[in-house]
Amino acid sequence: MRVGVITFPGTLDDRDAQRAVRLAGHEPVALWHGEHDLHGVDALVLPGGFSYGDYLRCGAIAARSPIMTEVVEAAERGMPVLGICNGFQMLTEARLLPGGLVRNATGLFVRRDQRLRVERTTTAWTNRFEVGQEIVIPLKNGEGRFVATPDEIERIEGEGLVVFRYLGDDPNGSIDAIAGIANAAGNVMGLMPHPEHAVELGFGPTTTRMKAGIDGLEIFKSALEAVAA
Amino acid sequence: MAVIVVDVMPKAEILDPQGKAVSRALARLGHGEIGDVRLGKRFELTVEGEVTDALLEQVRKIADDVLANTVIEDVVGVRVQDEADR
Repeated sequence: MRVGVITFPGTLDDRDAQRAVRLAGHEPVALWHGEHDLHGVDALVLPGGFSYGDYLRCGAIAARSPIMTEVVEAAERGMPVLGICNGFQMLTEARLLPGGLVRNATGLFVRRDQRLRVERTTTAWTNRFEVGQEIVIPLKNGEGRFVATPDEIERIEGEGLVVFRYLGDDPNGSIDAIAGIANAAGNVMGLMPHPEHAVELGFGPTTTRMKAGIDGLEIFKSALEAVAA
Repeated sequence: MAVIVVDVMPKAEILDPQGKAVSRALARLGHGEIGDVRLGKRFELTVEGEVTDALLEQVRKIADDVLANTVIEDVVGVRVQDEADR
């Protein structure tokens, strides 16, 4: 399977996302924000970083890039689309996902290995997990607090769109400890923590052994299975 | 040439940590009479020629679509800047 990883000006984690795709057994395809071409990929990753220096709002300018026309069309056709951190912010700015992400309640940038509870496995990206499973992947953001109006939160919770919640202290102050959500169809998912940084022994979070955490790899494998199915 | 000013504020129900930090700093500096502080954004859009109703309508649309994210912010003002303001 071919998985497109889009680079925007100021993207940081595109190479890590490409590597995660490769380690999951598939072919990463580098895509450029300024093109109107998805090069025939089967799934898409919008990686983390600080596109356009977080000017205007995080992800706001990138969400209006030329390639986003094709991303929105592909998402509406059912292509698996994963937004990580800044990519999640772009998906909310593009209105592919509800809610928004604002500055952490503490005002601080947080970097730590984060425990998450998997709430939903009916997505293209989480079908290898089990509901209630606990995973650990790195988190690093200053504006990761998920917010929405009370009506919208009621809809999000009512329709069961939440995919991940923070366990332990909520690092961002998100409503309902929301760390990641997906659309109703389950093909478009965004999360603030970084699965692409937990895909290889010796370079992941410290879990049972030092730097042994590879929970993120399952996310990249899931999408590819969903496409193959 | 004219300048159109667009003011955007975070929605009232969304906690504004920047405003809170400023409010605490003001209290520390002895300005106890100042309570809540909220921070927003002001955009100044320079346009050639006259500001017509159609142009103002276009700017209102730009404000809602791009300058603000109405999920988390409100556009609280769109107006033509007076000469005296500059």
